[in-house]
Formats: sequence, C-alpha cells, structure tokens
Amino acid sequence: MTTKTVEQRDTVTIRFAGDSGDGMQLTGNRFTSVSAVMGNDVATLPDFPAEIRAPAGSLPGVSGFQLHFADHDILTPGDSPDVLVAMNPAALKTNVDDLDAGATIVVNSDAFSSGNLRKAGYDGNPLEDESLAAFQVISVPLSTLTVGALDDTGLGRKEKERAKNMFALGLMSWMFSRPTEPTIEWVRSKFASQPDLADANILAFTSGFAFGETTELFAHSYEVKPAELPPGRYRQITGNAAIAYGLVAAAERSGLPLFLGGYPITPASDVLHELARLKHFGVRTFQAEDEIAGIGAALGAAFAGSLAATVTSGPGIALKAETIGLAVSVELPLLVLNIQRGGPSTGLPTKTEQADLLQAMYGRNGEAPLPIIAAATPGDCFAAAIEAARIALTFRTPVFLLSDGYLANGAEPWLIPDVDALPDLRSVVNFATEVNHDGEFWPFLRDPETLARPWAVPGTAGLEHRIGGLEKADGTGNISYDPDNHHRMTELRAEKIERVARTIPPLDVDRVSGARLLVLGWGSTYGPIRAAVRRSRVNGEAVDVAHLRHLNPFPSNLGEVLAGYDRVLVPEMNSGQLRRMLRTDFLVDVHGYNRVSGLPFSTAELTDAIAHELKGLS
Amino acid sequence: MTDTIVPLKKKDFQSDQEVRWCPGCGDYAILANVQGVMPDLGLPRENIVFVSGIGCAARFPYYMETYGFHSIHGRAPAIATGISASRPDLKVFVVTGDGDALSIGGNHLIHSMRRNANLTILLFNNQIYGLTKGQYSPTSELGKITKSTPMGSLDYPFNPVSVALGAEATFVARSIDNEREHLADMVKRAATHWGTALIEIYQNCNIFNDGAFDAVRKNRPQQIRLEHGEPIRFGEDGEHGVALKRTGELEIVDVATVGEDALLVHDAHRDDPGLAFMLSRLAHTPHGPTPIGLFRQVERPVYGTELNRQIDDAIARRGRGDLAGLLAGSDSWTVG
Repeated sequence: MTTKTVEQRDTVTIRFAGDSGDGMQLTGNRFTSVSAVMGNDVATLPDFPAEIRAPAGSLPGVSGFQLHFADHDILTPGDSPDVLVAMNPAALKTNVDDLDAGATIVVNSDAFSSGNLRKAGYDGNPLEDESLAAFQVISVPLSTLTVGALDDTGLGRKEKERAKNMFALGLMSWMFSRPTEPTIEWVRSKFASQPDLADANILAFTSGFAFGETTELFAHSYEVKPAELPPGRYRQITGNAAIAYGLVAAAERSGLPLFLGGYPITPASDVLHELARLKHFGVRTFQAEDEIAGIGAALGAAFAGSLAATVTSGPGIALKAETIGLAVSVELPLLVLNIQRGGPSTGLPTKTEQADLLQAMYGRNGEAPLPIIAAATPGDCFAAAIEAARIALTFRTPVFLLSDGYLANGAEPWLIPDVDALPDLRSVVNFATEVNHDGEFWPFLRDPETLARPWAVPGTAGLEHRIGGLEKADGTGNISYDPDNHHRMTELRAEKIERVARTIPPLDVDRVSGARLLVLGWGSTYGPIRAAVRRSRVNGEAVDVAHLRHLNPFPSNLGEVLAGYDRVLVPEMNSGQLRRMLRTDFLVDVHGYNRVSGLPFSTAELTDAIAHELKGLS
Repeated sequence: MTDTIVPLKKKDFQSDQEVRWCPGCGDYAILANVQGVMPDLGLPRENIVFVSGIGCAARFPYYMETYGFHSIHGRAPAIATGISASRPDLKVFVVTGDGDALSIGGNHLIHSMRRNANLTILLFNNQIYGLTKGQYSPTSELGKITKSTPMGSLDYPFNPVSVALGAEATFVARSIDNEREHLADMVKRAATHWGTALIEIYQNCNIFNDGAFDAVRKNRPQQIRLEHGEPIRFGEDGEHGVALKRTGELEIVDVATVGEDALLVHDAHRDDPGLAFMLSRLAHTPHGPTPIGLFRQVERPVYGTELNRQIDDAIARRGRGDLAGLLAGSDSWTVG
C-alpha cells in the first residue's frame, strides 16, 4: 500500500445529500463533531424537507447537510460546497447548481439506476455524459461496497445497505484526515443495546475509510489544521439546545423554577424536547393541547411565581397573540420564544426566515408594546435567553426572543461559559411580601425607576389580589373605565418598555477608518454579514458593521449611529421589516438587501450588495 | 401575622369590589353560596386562586378575597392548569359559563379533564350568551330564537355533564343556583376532590333567558337527586325511579309497579363512566325529570402531582441538576 500525499487546505465546505431516509443529517452531524473536536472552527446548515419520508429517490425527498470547517474562525456554513456527496440522482440534481467549477462530486453510482434517474428527471445518466465535465466526479458503488463489507454480519441485505451512509462517512473521514476513534466510540454508545448493529456500522465506517486509502480513485487526501479560536473549553451547540440551556441557566440564576408550556411545531420542538430531559433541574415542561393552552399555562405559571416560557414558531405566535396581549395587560414576566420559519401560513416549515419581526412588534390588538430581542448565532441563543429573562423579570413584561430555523438546527463551536460569571437575576425577582399602600396591597403601584409592578405570588398572605385583561386603575389595579386612566395606563405601559433601553448597552459598531457605509443587521444574518464585510475589507473597501440584539426598544445611541453614515444597508431575510422600523423611528433613508428564499444569505451575495451600495456612494 | 389560627368566615372571602351583575341574576346566589362554603374548606385565603375566562360568570374572581385571575375567553382551564401544575400546593378554581367553557374554550375544558389537573370547575350554565346580549349558546335548545338566530338555532346542544363524562372527568356533578344546600354540598365535595372536578350549575339569566330551567329549577319533583349507594328515586314522594332495562337502556319507572328492588342503585364511584353517562342522557336538556347531584367521582393520578413526582424521581436518579455540567456536555475540547 502506498502512502498518498496529504494536501493542506485552510477551509473546506462539504455537503452531504441523499434521500430523507439515507441518514444524511446524522452523517453530517458526526463529521461536524469530529471536526470540532479536532479544533477546526465549524458552521453547519442542515437543509431537509418538511415531509418525513417523501417518496424514495424523488426530488422533494432530498435531505442535505452542509458543513464548513476551517483552520480559522468562520462565520457561515459556506457558500458553495467544495465537495458534494450525492447518494442518488435526485441529490445530484437538486444540488449540482450550487457547485462552482472544479468542485468534487462523490456519487453513489449504485443508485444511478434507470428508475432513479427517471424519478430525478434525468433523460440520460449524468455520470456517462459530459454534463458534469466541469467537476471532478468520483463514482463509487457505495451500496455494493457496503453490502460486500458486511457480508459476514448476518444482517439482511436491506439492513446492510442502510449502513452506506457510514461507509460514505468513513470515506470522507479518510479524505479529510479525520480521526476514526470518536465516531467508533459514538456508534458503540448509540447502539449499546444492539451490539450487532454497532459492529456492522463500525465495519461499514472503517471499510469506507480503508477504501479511500486503497482505491486509486483518490490521488490524495486533505488536511485542515485546527483553528486559532480564543482559548478555553469548547463544545458544539445548536441554537435550540442553547436556548434551552439559557432558560435553565436563567432559572438557576434567578432562583425560580422553570416552566415551559408548548405545543410541537417545527423548528421549535427541540427546545421542548431538550427541556423535557432536564427534570432534574426542577424544570416543568407541559405539552399542551394547543398553542394557546401552551402559553396560557405558561402565563398561569408566571402568575404563580415560575420563570415561565412558551416556545413556538410563527403560526403558533399567531395563535398566542391574545394571550401575549393579556400578559402585557397583567404585566407578568413571560418569555415568548419564536423560532421563525418561512411564512406566511404554514409556509416553509423546515426553512429559515426572519419575517416575524413586525408580528412580534405589532401583532396584537390595542397598543401592547413589549421588548423584542434576537439571537445572532447558535451559541448566542444561550446569552439571548438569559437577557430575555432579565428583561422580563426586571420589567414584569412578556419578552419576545426571536431565533430562526437556521440558528435552531445549525451548530457551531461554543466557548462554554463560566456559570459564576452569568448575570445574577435574584435581585430582580423581588417578590412582593408586604402591603405597599396604607395597609393595602396595590398590585399596580409601580417601581418609580423601572415602572414595573409588584409581583405577589399566590401563597403570600395578606397580598390577595385580582388581575385581569380589563383595564386597571393606575395603582389599585381595580377595573377602571375612566378615560383619563386608560390614556395614562397606555402611556405607562409604553414608557415602561422604553425604559428597558436604560438597561441595555449602546450599539457597538465595528469601525474602520473612513467608512461611509454602515451595514446593520439583526438575528441570524450575523454570520453572513460579518463574513461579507470581512471580504469587502479584504477587497480594500471601508465598511462599518453593527448588529442589533435589542429590537424593541433600540439601544439609546442607535439614532446617533445611523446619522453618522452617508448610507446604511440593512440585509434581512424578509422584505424590509427592520428597515421600516428604522425609517419610522429615525427618518433615515435606510437601504435594504432583502431575499426570502428559505436559506441563509451567502457571503457572495452580501459582498455584492455591499459593493453595490458603495458604488452608489462614489 | 400571628400564630393563632382564627377560623375564617364568609365575609373574609368577600372582596371590597361592588358586585355588578344584573339584579335578579342567578350568579348572586352562586357567589354567596361559594363564599359561604370557603371557610369550611379550612384553607388559608392566600392559597386559593380563582381563574376565569370571559362572560358574566367570569367576573366572579373580582368578588372573592383570594388570589384571582380574570383572563381571556375560553382559556381559563389552560391558565389554571399552569397555576396548578407549577404550584400543586394551591387550591385552584375555574369559574366559567356555557359559552366560555363549551364553545371557545371547549378544547381546553376537555383536555383539562382528560389530564386530571387539580382544578375545581364551576360551570354556570344559563343556555345563553349574556355579556354579548343574548345570542344562542352551545347549550341552547335546538330552534332557539335569538338575535343571531332569528329563524331558530340549527345546532344541536351539548349536555355539559355528558361532555365531562365523555372526557372521563374524575368528578362530575350538577346543581342549581337556588338550591342552596345542594349546591353548597356539591361545591364542598368538588373542592375537596383531588383532580379535575366539574359542576354544571343551572343558572337563571333573568334578562336573556329567564326561566330556562323552570321545568327543573322550581320543580323539586322533577329533580332526580343522585345519592351514592341509594336507589334512584324522585317525584313528590319518591314514587318514580330509574331502572336498567334488559336491553341495556335506562328507563323511568313507577316504583309501585316495578318494586323498589328493580331500581338502579347509584354508584358514583364506578370506574367505568358508562352508567353515569346513561344517567346524564335521561334528560338531554333540562326538561322533564333531570338528574341532579354527583354523577361520578373516581380516583386517577393528578397531573401536577405526577409532574412533581417525575421531577423528584429524576433528581433521585440523576442528582440535582448541575448547570456547569450541563453546559460542558459530554463532548468538549480545549483550545489553547
């Protein structure tokens, strides 16, 4: 056996694509884990259909997982893959247009039967004509090789063939010099109760690895050295796991029990799943009969003294709107987590979008202002959840936390935070224990600084009181239809939310000398925007960049920041919702770059958008 | 605060808010009755929560000197479930009406009963929408002429007791606003039941549906009083009764004709809700002989208690959660 040469690369993007049942998400996740443990920076983009199992071999049934890993810090899952692993013709067909010339395609040639080709809409076999001439195509009979490798296992042919994703993973692990041990260990623990299956999967995996080493199809393998990330202990985390952990952390740091009321909905359900496993933290999860009951129960738990949250996606928010309004009216702390997806209506359940900002801002009857914050990266979901809890508890208000499908399922290395350094929320809980007005308890007598009302939980003797959705008299909280009182209460509710701005940091702008253009973003566009600004700067352009965590209220210095530029560009995966808010608040002619495709922005398109704006300035 | 426990009185449960129902409304009697029962429960006021939705009945919590939450239309069982599930130490009441509970909130009602959250649900049934001024409700009789049904309503009504039994509620009873002793007895039993207890209370709306229950409400002989362990009899002198036919149906019989031994003996604690359901079918609407009293009371695990047990089990098995350990996970690596 000859030792093949190893070529160094600084960054590689791989996309695994196959049928929904081919195990592509699992394969991608494993490759990501190993890459992260090796010290590469990683960013991922799972992309799967809403159907659990669309017909095998069909175009709608293709499930993909893109992974970007590098020897330096990266911000996106990569624009176009360097390597596409296509398990069947449909996977090739749906992904080949994303490849640049020169990219490598590894295909499972066994799957290119006339039936599968027809299902994918191919007239001929692309492996046999010139249509893939621009690429380096490596045709591997993955099914045959896997079945052959598992000859002695005693498994049926179907079961053997099902392990082909592990063969492919082994092959890719060889190609990119990934260690095999972590994956072998992982398989052993996953199939601990089924040693036969564990052995078969490991055999398929190691056979794939050995195949890469021995076959003449590959001239050399690649290596991507570890990235230089800030020192510390890291793990991989998805946005949904980070939100769940953030809620647990906020509960621990506030000394309150956590209550989550929810109803299964893509892409938010994993937050419910994650928390349901954490009962030993005292976490109560409640899978309700519907979205409305999910938030209703959460609001009830908030009234009774829990740190309460509800998690859903846009359609669920639409159903919860009335209860969110009630929470605004009764002024109780409540976290409303919207893991946004493509809309309107059922829309694109498994795709990403950030088009629910105005729904969060205005989607209630009457004037019902509330704070809105957004997470920027998968790992940032953790800090965002804690910040949402801080605001909710301090100001006794429902708070919107916006994430999206890209953050929810995407993973990145995460510098594990020091628990003792997390914000201490005990001081802001501050349950009422004493009467507060001439021997009486007035539930709407506000804190003069925050305008928050006292939180007196049932079980507290002497503070029995009634709250509700009818307008309340300022102070006593009794039902009031007095015109002046209603006007005053409307202003007080608005002023309270405005005062949140006093407790948030000013917008931090990443500046370069001489920039006349500011690129301003919010939410999951953080990575692509930063990557594009970085690329523009490498190209010699002067561009400043900033990202909003707080969308209502805005940081106090935002108006001043905007006024400092000749041009402001706001890229959004919607038709210009933040842009509209900025124009309204600051009368600034903000420009937008807007695309709603269900996918995150590519670095290339944003770099072009920046170049376009700069051209307009010169 | 003192350590001596002074027994509470009815007036201790009356809030300082002016009661604003229409004069003559059946809600007054129910309020006075519930306030009167409260001291007998022996619970501190601060551990009691009244939750309501929207409607005339939903103003109830404002008049109770306890914790109270007047919420939104139909959602009271959901909000109350959150209170009860997060704080099993609290006694949680839901006050609702026929529209609130059975139309807009029907889903929450059946699921709270299925789940057996620890809630006492007082369902004021007046067979009409009062607060919106007189539209037909999901319990209004077929053909009801109202502002929204000038040619008569087309939808078949619910029988709330049948709905509750269909959802397998662990406590189902019926009473009447002006039957002071009977209602007090039902409220007390419901409030001490562990799990979801529902009482349908026939409540007269003297403005929009006056006399809807008169066939039963002011007509004691037509009330089939259900008593656990007793043969089911009614009439002026108990001359009528309920018997189970060989064909499997219930029938109204003359005791003198069939003999007392032929009467069905009421068993409120049967695990199977089938017979209780059949009793509820004796009168689909309150016209003619109508069963009143406790239809069913059985034990089943209670949602909030079970949730707590899972938490205790998880802690016993895995130890109290360690945040630092959770954040570190099982697959981490060091840089630098």
